[in-house]
Amino acid sequence: MNRAVFILPAFAWLLAAIALPFALIVAISFGEATQGAPPFDWSFSLANYRLLLSDDLYWGALANAARIAGTSTLICLLVGYPMALAIVRARPQRRALLLFLVMLPFWTSFLIRVYAWMGLLRPTGFVNAALAEFGLIDAPLQLIANEFAVHLGIVYAYLPFMVLPLYATLEKLDASLLEAAHDLGVGPLRAFWRVTFPLSLPGVAAGALLVFIPASGEFVIPDLLGGPNSPMIGRVLWFEFFQNRDWPMACALATALAALLAVPLLLFDRLRSATR
Amino acid sequence: MMRRPTLSTLPTVLAAGFAFLYLPIVIMAAFSFNESRLVTVWAGFSTRWYGELFGNVRMLESAGLSFAVAMLAASLSTTIGTLAGYVLGRFGRFPGRAVFALLLLAPMVLPEVILGLAMLMAFSTLDSLVGWPAERGFLAIAFAHACYGTAFVAVIVEARLRGIDPALEEAARDLGAKPWRAFVRVTLPLLAPAVAAGWLLAFTLSLDDLVVASFVSGPGATTLPMLVYASVRLGLSPQINALATVMVVCIACLAWVASRIGAARSKA
Repeated sequence: MNRAVFILPAFAWLLAAIALPFALIVAISFGEATQGAPPFDWSFSLANYRLLLSDDLYWGALANAARIAGTSTLICLLVGYPMALAIVRARPQRRALLLFLVMLPFWTSFLIRVYAWMGLLRPTGFVNAALAEFGLIDAPLQLIANEFAVHLGIVYAYLPFMVLPLYATLEKLDASLLEAAHDLGVGPLRAFWRVTFPLSLPGVAAGALLVFIPASGEFVIPDLLGGPNSPMIGRVLWFEFFQNRDWPMACALATALAALLAVPLLLFDRLRSATR
Repeated sequence: MMRRPTLSTLPTVLAAGFAFLYLPIVIMAAFSFNESRLVTVWAGFSTRWYGELFGNVRMLESAGLSFAVAMLAASLSTTIGTLAGYVLGRFGRFPGRAVFALLLLAPMVLPEVILGLAMLMAFSTLDSLVGWPAERGFLAIAFAHACYGTAFVAVIVEARLRGIDPALEEAARDLGAKPWRAFVRVTLPLLAPAVAAGWLLAFTLSLDDLVVASFVSGPGATTLPMLVYASVRLGLSPQINALATVMVVCIACLAWVASRIGAARSKA
């Protein structure tokens, strides 16, 4: 079959550029850190995984990541759903512009968006200065280097990933369903809960996974906005690699995180092929 | 027209949402024109930080490297991503399709730390086997960026393919064109807007990346985000505000071009 001309090169690329590097992570996670270059050897031991299971630092970091990513995903949904709904119900000529405004921050540098919040949230930052100016506070509030700031940063950075799939599902909803509910005397709020929301669940799931999966391994946000008290796994992995130079341990952490994310990732893959 | 049932607070919520998304960037940009070194106390309008920014040689060198990396990464991503998107969008079922789709999609959603580590492990192993890439500079970073840029291009291309009638390609093949020729002469021109939008997205993603580049790059190569991150860790500086403002304006223009390309397609 002639299709092979297209499939084989693409498949070869995916195997070499994606599958092989991931297989190497798993293989090296069984190795041991050495003083050489590269700083590991190809031995086989379960020592890294034993340490991972026994040390609170690693377990706690995985649990923190899941918890913080989970709460942030929920907040994203609560903020993003009304936004997506408002765009769908806006006048058609205006929708393109509104969608562009949702997309634009996604194109804009991630690092810069986090940096912008650092300037706002610092003790001498814009928010504290404004609150003091209006006489609302006497002493600066601690707004940065804590979990509040991490949640805020994740919601801010990942909100477009929630709004866009929600918009895509809500846009396809048949307006006549809502009109029928209206004609039957159902109020708008009740119609929302009984008609719109249940039908938008695929979009809710897609948006939630698109936020949760990358946010759970986030490094930049907890590093720049978070404090020392509840490290997330992405940051622990980073320090294991750059400070401790323990490549096999970093690989073990990456393998553990990827294994935990396999379930939501497969769910997302399934959802994507189902909504086609 | 019949009045549709609406929740009257929705426009307010939308306005608040946009304020949340844009105010931090606007305030940051405003303070880049601040005379004072203190990033949060207004001391009068000045463009001195922009002057210092364009006199900062290290910054310009990093910007040059990032730009070159992004050009190559975007072009690689677009070539392979278009091919992969075409395979997904047109070939229906084939052996290994599920694995194909998963491998393509994974880099798009998986945390960047995993991706960066995976790329470095691949380069490091390759280096000890064949002695390349020992330096891990320009080429290595571009290649690593292409590995996930590909996914974004493929998704955009696949989405556009759904709007193109497969009968056009079938007609070309019925007239005796080889599949490759039908693809280049018929499908590709129809896909052009999606390919261009994909290139721009891969370009900005590469330009923006800190995590993957930090893992992959050797000591000799510092991209612009790596330099920004290093100086941000030392504290806020008005020069970074100025740089951020320049980048935001450039990227907003690129995004606008990409969305015009998309709009031109939907009218055609």
